[in-house]
Parts: sequence; C-alpha cells; structure tokens
Amino acid sequence: MRYYARKLGFYLVALWAAVTLNFFIPRMMPGNPVDILMAKLQQRGGTVDPAVRRSYELLLGADHSDSLAQQYFSYLSHLLHGDLGVSVSAYPAKVSDVIGQSLPWTIVLIGMATLISFALGLALGTLVGWKRGTWLDSVIPGTTVLAAVPYFWLALILAALLSSTLQWFPLLGGYDVSLAMGWNWPFISSAIYHGILPALTIVISSVGGWLLGMRNMMVSTAAEDYMLTARAKGLRNRRIMIRYAARNAALPSVAGFATSLGFVVSGSVMTEQVFSYPGIGGRLLQAVENNDYALMQGIFLVITVAVLGANLLVDLLYGLIDPRTRASN
Amino acid sequence: MTSVIPPSSGLEDLPPGAGPGAVPAPARRTGRRAVLPTWTPKLAVGLGLVVVIALFGLIGPVFAGNPDTIRNIGLTGPSGDHWLGTTQTGQDVLDQLTHATRGSLQIGLLVGVMATALSAVFGVIGGYVGGIVDEAFSLFSNVVLVIPGLPLVIVISGFVPADQRGSWTIALVLTVTGWAAAARVLRAQTLSLRNRDYVSAARVAGEKPWRVICVEILPNLLPVLASQFVFSVIAAVLSEAGLSFLGLGASNSSTLGTMLYFAQNGFALQREAWWWFVPPGAIIAAFGCGLALVNLSLDEIINPRLRRPGRRRAGRAASVTSRNDAVRSTAV
Repeated sequence: MRYYARKLGFYLVALWAAVTLNFFIPRMMPGNPVDILMAKLQQRGGTVDPAVRRSYELLLGADHSDSLAQQYFSYLSHLLHGDLGVSVSAYPAKVSDVIGQSLPWTIVLIGMATLISFALGLALGTLVGWKRGTWLDSVIPGTTVLAAVPYFWLALILAALLSSTLQWFPLLGGYDVSLAMGWNWPFISSAIYHGILPALTIVISSVGGWLLGMRNMMVSTAAEDYMLTARAKGLRNRRIMIRYAARNAALPSVAGFATSLGFVVSGSVMTEQVFSYPGIGGRLLQAVENNDYALMQGIFLVITVAVLGANLLVDLLYGLIDPRTRASN
Repeated sequence: MTSVIPPSSGLEDLPPGAGPGAVPAPARRTGRRAVLPTWTPKLAVGLGLVVVIALFGLIGPVFAGNPDTIRNIGLTGPSGDHWLGTTQTGQDVLDQLTHATRGSLQIGLLVGVMATALSAVFGVIGGYVGGIVDEAFSLFSNVVLVIPGLPLVIVISGFVPADQRGSWTIALVLTVTGWAAAARVLRAQTLSLRNRDYVSAARVAGEKPWRVICVEILPNLLPVLASQFVFSVIAAVLSEAGLSFLGLGASNSSTLGTMLYFAQNGFALQREAWWWFVPPGAIIAAFGCGLALVNLSLDEIINPRLRRPGRRRAGRAASVTSRNDAVRSTAV
C-alpha cells in the first residue's frame, strides 16, 4: 500500500510542478505576449490604442492589476473547472475543444506505433541477446546508427522515397479530405492508410533503443543462477529463453517504457510537422507560429497530464509484475 | 562490424601496434588502464568518426568561403567548383556545411558540459548525502524527467522573441530539460559506491564530505560520467537540430538543423536536390553514431558482463572458469 501511496504522491507533485511551470513561463520570459500581438496588429494596419491593449490583456488573462498570488489562484481555479481559455487562432473556439479535436489522432497514431516498436524491440532483443556470439551480433552497430539519425531527417527521406518517388503512401495529412469524417469504413480505412508511413518512421527510429536495452539485459540475465538451474532441470531451450530469461530481462524495459513516454510525445511533434498530421503536436507548432498563447499552454498542459497519467499507469503495473519494487519501498 | 573478427582471437586486448607475436596483455588491468576503454574496432571507428567531424567543424570554416555568398546558379548539383552543389540562392553547400557543423558541435559541447555538471551536482551529492537532501534532489530530478522536454522547449521558445533567442538561450533551455536522466544514473551509482569499505574508511579517518566525494567517489564515477556526457552531447545535437528544423532554433548561429530547415522550406525534397538535404543529416548521424560507439566501449567498463565472451576467456587465465562463464558457454 505504501508503494502506491508514494507513487500517487509523486505524480501529484509532478502535476503541481507542471501546472506551476505553465503559469510562470509566460511571466518569466522576456517577451510579452500582449506586446507581440499589438505589434502584429499594427503591422496589419489595425488601430493601437489603450482600449485595444486592455482588451488583449483581458483576453490573454495578462491582467496585471491583480497580485501574482491572486493570478495564480484564479488560474488554478480555472484549470479545475476545465477552463483553458479561448484560442486566438481558432477564435471563438475554446482551447479545450481545439485540443479535443486533435488529441485522438495523436493518441492512436503515436500510441500504436510506440506499442508496436516496444513489442518488436523486446522480441528482437530477446533473440539477439540469446544468440550472442552469432551473426546476429552485427545487428547492434545497426541499432546505434539508427538511434543517431535525426528522426525528422529519416522521416523526410522515407517520405521522399516511399511517397514522392514510389507513390506507395500519401505524403501529407491524416485522412482523405474529400471524405466526411465519421465512423464509416471508407474514412477509417483512409485514416489507417495515411497513418502507415508516419507509424513506420516512428517504429524504425525507436525500435533500436528497445532492442539494445533488451539485448543487454538478456546477456546479464544469462549469468543468473536460476538460468543454470533451469538448464540443469533439462528444460527445453525455448522455454528457458522465454519463461526464465526474457520475462526477467524485460523488467527494466517496462520501467523504461514509462520514462520514454515523454520522448515519444516529443517525437510526435516532429512526426506531425513532417507529415502535416492533424494531431496535437502539429497544433502546438501552429499555436507558436500564430502567437496563440492560451492554446500553447493548454496543449503543453494536456501533453504533460497525459504523460504523467501514462507513467502512473506503468508504475502501478510495474509494482504488480515485480513484487520486489513494492517490498523495497 | 564486430562479426568480421573471429570470436576468440583475443587480439583486441593488445595495445595498438602490438603484433600477433607479442605476449598477450596481462590479465589484470590496473591503475589508469582500468578506467580507459579497451582498444576495440568499435572504439576505433567511433573515435575516428568523431575526430574527423570535429576537425571538419574546427578547421573547415578557415578554408571555406563565405557561406552566405549568393550566386546566380541556384540549385545546381555537385561540380568541380562547388563540391556539394549549391542551394536555392546559389550558396555553396560545402561552405555552409562547415560553419553549420561548427555551430552544432558548439551547442552540443556546451550543453554536454552544463548538463553533466548539473546532473553530477544533483545525482552525486544527493546520493552521497542521503536523507532529506537525497529525497528532495531525486524528487526534483524525477519531476524534471517526467515533464515532456520538447513541448516544454517549444513553449519556452514560443515566449522568447526570435531576436532574443541566441545560441546561449537555446543551450540553457536544452540543459535545463536534459540533465535529469543522467542524474538518476549517477545517483544509483553513487548509492552503490558510498557504502564501499574505502569510502567508509575515508569517512572514519575524518575526511570532509566534499573531499570524500571529489577524491574517493568521483574518480570511480568517471566512466559513468563520461558515458553520460557523451549521451547528453548526442541528445543536445539531435534536439538542437530538431528545434532549428521547426524554426525555433537560435537566430544568431547557423547549425545543421537550420540548414535542414532552409532545405525543407526551399523544397529541396520535392526538387530532389539531395546534395542539399542529405549531407547535414548524414553528418549528424555519423557524429551521433561515432559517439554512440564510443559509449558502447564505455559501457563495457561499467558493466563487464557486456564484454565479448571470447575476449574474456582469452584475457583471463584459462583455469579461472567462473560460474558465470560456465553458464554462458552453454548459453551461446
């Protein structure tokens, strides 16, 4: 029980830190959102007078007549009510609605690709670690090369090769825009078809890390006493590999899965930028380009909460599959 | 790469230059040699790549022309005058590449040093002092670790106006978001070191805590520190390239990421101008790959089980067949 309480407490602290960071970043940074928006308005020939300035300040919640503490608590109470403000670039849509539209795309694409990559990496790593000293060892330098290639560059080259030159996959977008969005087969199949190439790039660029980690753990596990016991019992090789070695060697990878989720989300920003995918990472960049601060902060918060939630889930699961973690705490 | 060498030659253990007729290296590696990686083909290739690219970035700009010179031969392929062709506005790609490599390496090195220092402060001090300090430090680094880095960096860059976004700002932001994983590794290593006998002996002898950390603990952490440093340099070069590619990089310096950004915006892919977008990515990949290979060699110092089994057997006296080796020889 203590283990779970500790974990829960940690994630509450992390959540509070993220929320507070989100509050202070715009106030600590040199740029002033209101100034930037006013300058933009002036460039487009709009009138710039104190009244406009005042309305911008109110719109952005940058009303500095309150004290910092008051602002902080009103920000917290807005958050608790699910009020993330109004998006400037998609005016008058609420930030929460804009996020709601793009979040499912990211979750499905990135989630599926990450799970596939994780499973594939563990399976291959098991095999490569088990057959150490054979030609399979030559896979290892290959994974280091893959891990060092900048993800977006790999994605660009694959896109140029597979969709521009060979025309196998569509280059841009998340679905065929001529179809109506909905739960019908033509739309879903088009979404799947559009998702294959982005997913492929994610799997290719991340599978190497899982493979290498799993392989190293397999090598370490092979030296354990229970492996010798399993051999002495005369168990079949396959059974030793999967039930004895792989199951134990996978534990650090499962724990690593939680911490890697943050990087996965970061990767999604790149994926969606390269493929113009209608997900949340692409939205974040659009928000930055359009100086849509409320949307920017809302997306950062949603991404953080999602990552923290997924982490908590993995941690709780980890406590279940590895009782030692519960005991040591 | 490794498969080229016969599995049990044991030659890699010899210092470079020693012929096959020389006596095999002594089994125990003592003193300074114990913390230096063994000379393997992996390490040689890795160091070679890193050194060549570093020299390219260091010396290249001296010989290169002005990378911003505009000529009226836009987007031409490689030729005798322009070895790597020209960009859309006729700038020489090779000239740009030398300056961009220098920019990328600078940021990578800067972030690597700062992030490693920060992680050493939080990881080593927390792990050594223990108690409430350790709790606070590890809580802090875990929180930094779970908050997704790139979205945070993007949001921060969004709030900093482009004209104030210099390479120091970018380096600082990348450091702040990138030190936490290394701190966790260092803390774990420090925890296992602080209860060793020689550390206890130093403490009992009345050494001050900072002296115990600097003299007893840090030298033993060197391989781990080196490997974390290499990791953060790779991560910094990659993240900086990503940020610049998104148009959020430093405004006052040219890096490999900015080159890719301009290549993407100049439709280099659609016009199949491979000489523009392939070299910058290839340099990042080669540099990262070289550093990763160096890191693999460092990992083998930290975790001896990862060393190739053939070398272990050849290196040690044949009679010392430990329990581990017995298991392994049946395993492989």
